[in-house]
Amino acid sequence: MSASAGARRWRAQLEEAVLPAVVALLIAALVGDVLIIVYGQSPGEVYRALLEGTWGNAYGLGQVLYKTTTLTFTGLSVAIGLRAGLFNIGAESQLAAGGFAAGVLGTLLPPGLPALLVLPLFIVAAAIGGGAVGGAAGVLKSKWGAHEVITTIMLNFIVLALLNYLTVAHFKVFDTLHTADVRSGALPRLSALIPPFHGSAANMVLFLALAVVAVAWWYLFRSRAGYELRAVGLQPGAAEYGGVNVPGVWWRAMLISGAVAGIGGLNFVLGYKHYYEDGFSTGAGFLGIAVALVGRNNPVGVVLAALLFGTLSQGGLAVNALVPKQMVDVLQAVVIIAVVTSVPEVRRVLRSARRRGGPEA
Amino acid sequence: MTAPDGTTPPTPDGAPPLAVSLRGIDMSFGPVRANRGASLDVARGEIHALVGENGAGKSTLMRVLSGMYAPDAGTMTVNGRDVTGWSTAQAIDAGVGMVHQHFMLVPTLTVAENVVLGREITAAGRLDRRGAERAVAELGERTGLVVAPGRLVSELSVGEAQRVEILKTLYRGARILILDEPTAVLSPPEVDELWRVLTHMRDTGDTIILITHKLDEVMAVSNTVTVMRRGATVGRVATRDTSPAELARLMVGRDVVLAGDAAAAPQHSIRAERRAALDVRELTVADARKTHAVDGVSFAVEPGEILGIAGVEGNGQTELVEALAGLREVSAGAVLLHGRDVTRQSVRARGDAGLSHIPEDRQLRGLVLDYSIADNLILGQQHRFSRRGAVDAAHVLENARRQIERFDIRPADPAAPARALSGGNQQKIVIAREMGRDFTVLLAAQPTRGVDVGAIEFIHAQLRNARAEGKAILLVSADLTEVLALSDRVAVMYGGRFAAVLPRAEATKEVLGAYMTGASGRAA
Repeated sequence: MSASAGARRWRAQLEEAVLPAVVALLIAALVGDVLIIVYGQSPGEVYRALLEGTWGNAYGLGQVLYKTTTLTFTGLSVAIGLRAGLFNIGAESQLAAGGFAAGVLGTLLPPGLPALLVLPLFIVAAAIGGGAVGGAAGVLKSKWGAHEVITTIMLNFIVLALLNYLTVAHFKVFDTLHTADVRSGALPRLSALIPPFHGSAANMVLFLALAVVAVAWWYLFRSRAGYELRAVGLQPGAAEYGGVNVPGVWWRAMLISGAVAGIGGLNFVLGYKHYYEDGFSTGAGFLGIAVALVGRNNPVGVVLAALLFGTLSQGGLAVNALVPKQMVDVLQAVVIIAVVTSVPEVRRVLRSARRRGGPEA
Repeated sequence: MTAPDGTTPPTPDGAPPLAVSLRGIDMSFGPVRANRGASLDVARGEIHALVGENGAGKSTLMRVLSGMYAPDAGTMTVNGRDVTGWSTAQAIDAGVGMVHQHFMLVPTLTVAENVVLGREITAAGRLDRRGAERAVAELGERTGLVVAPGRLVSELSVGEAQRVEILKTLYRGARILILDEPTAVLSPPEVDELWRVLTHMRDTGDTIILITHKLDEVMAVSNTVTVMRRGATVGRVATRDTSPAELARLMVGRDVVLAGDAAAAPQHSIRAERRAALDVRELTVADARKTHAVDGVSFAVEPGEILGIAGVEGNGQTELVEALAGLREVSAGAVLLHGRDVTRQSVRARGDAGLSHIPEDRQLRGLVLDYSIADNLILGQQHRFSRRGAVDAAHVLENARRQIERFDIRPADPAAPARALSGGNQQKIVIAREMGRDFTVLLAAQPTRGVDVGAIEFIHAQLRNARAEGKAILLVSADLTEVLALSDRVAVMYGGRFAAVLPRAEATKEVLGAYMTGASGRAA
């Protein structure tokens, strides 16, 4: 009885997690149809082009995976914050700060060190870069009650301007907006393992992303710190009663959230270009918010949502010949709105359907 | 009298139709069958008590009646009209209104603004504040529900907030009023006041359905009683033809020892140790408005003793308990556990020093509602259930199985979310967690608020056992019967101070009542 009740609850949770996303995609496709027709194109052709340009060939898929990797980090960053009841809008600048720290470290290391040996150093540097920005917002909230939405937005401006200044004034290669190549630590592309991916940006940081997802899942759902963090997010009063230092959880959660976004900078710096370039993070941080929402703040859901948004981002380039690529931006927006609004709606329908299905259905 | 739609159909035998008639109501939530063939007949112009244990399906049945849920099976008539599966809007239009156990008020709006919310009086698109306040004042005068319409809801006492809830429902034209455990949060004078208002409303033709656990209330105000057990209706009797013992038997399905007549004089246990387990010295706590919520209170609780604190809510009891638990900053004074000063120590350090705490609000503090029963059973103890940073899932599950069994928590499913449980079973989680572990001092704030007679009996037995085992217990309760049934000494809190501390033998309801209202003994 208890086992079957457990199985039933599992199935119900799965349905409630997956169905809203499916419904949202259908709604987005429908809106897309209308837009494409208004633009004088055939929806079938545009969607075919979108699929062919992304999942239809190895290069396209590689590009999708590259974008998915960054979005996994920023989505996870936002999701961890939300689990603690904090809305981190600053993944954009935390990602950039992490990338910058890694890029600068790369120019300081002696050349020719094995990539695997120095990778931990880069992870720590990127985590410190992103964590400093997120942690600052966390401390501002814990000590003085400054709302994290305001402070992370403000920090986006401050940090991005500061990084721009540092790059331009001190670190750039002449006539560019990027730093010099890292002297050690560059990671191979995915094509080194799977040759058909040749030319695409997908790289070994993809596996680092999956590892971080696994650690984050363990941290949130299996560790004592995660138990306390989620309690703070759900009911701060009950967490406080349970002996949890609520302000302490706030700054730690923001620190971790920023660090995860910061490590995402390695995807560009170590995996793709091998240098830090001003503005590489543009948009990825904000899209992380959408990824977290669609992924329901669950690390596994975040990966799937990142894959969806990675596909749409790359697909925008693929359909550019038929319709403006901004149309895909509109589709992304529709997905977000549909998911956010459809979650409670779909849940209600599911629950009443289950109820009507009889007591044991 | 006519129904709101003006088409009261005469019944075949010419008698006026029943105000409410529910027949064969089935209502399931997933695998949980909250109502199974439940029925309810309520005549017009009566106060009808609906009683039953937690999880008996009373609240669900009333939510069906008020249109929040459509029943899976069964028929519903109101004033003779078939209304099966109607919506809340239709129910309100037909004059059926429900006052919920948990208040649904906007704290930053005034009384009048809350009452008219959704039915605002407007003049050229602007809210007519004066008109609203006038209308609310008039309604208050007519029904005896007096609350100043211009005051902010955040400034109201619990009793006043409840009056606003009732006013809100009446303002929407309710003639059939459903009250879900209205006295759970009220002091005795406030309860008396509520009964006066409800009786007055009944006498002017309104129909009242009262969901309650407290049998003395049933006996005091109702005309008819319907008893539910495990989702079904098991009895309907005229109040004058029944007794509390009979009702308790119907509710639980067996004989029950009632708190009032059980241990009028609690037997004194042997006190092994004379040193105070909890020692409080000149404790002062500031509240949000920087006045002293607790004003220089001193007392001690010895091992094997229950010190009861009586008092009208809002006289500093909440702040006192929270300060003792480490949840609220102390502005002056000291708290000692077994002679050790813990005034500046964290909640966790106090817990490790042997302090257990049953908080007054289980939904806000005592439980993380979206956590499972198993996860809630370790709240505050999570560091004891962890190894090298990881929560020990096997240990948590084993603990849950043991506590569920020992405290009879239903459903007996460690993975069920606390939110899905009835109030009494939620409270059992809190009791199981706080009393099912090693502790020496217990702060029990409103331990039986909103739970049924069966659970009250159980919780009281737990408290008596703990006393017999030499635990020191500080009991804070708005229920005088409870304080008198359990305490060895009774303190009365008034205006942030102890107005009196009396041995049990000298504490009678009359004497305590006088201290509670500040009428006697303005003690320093």
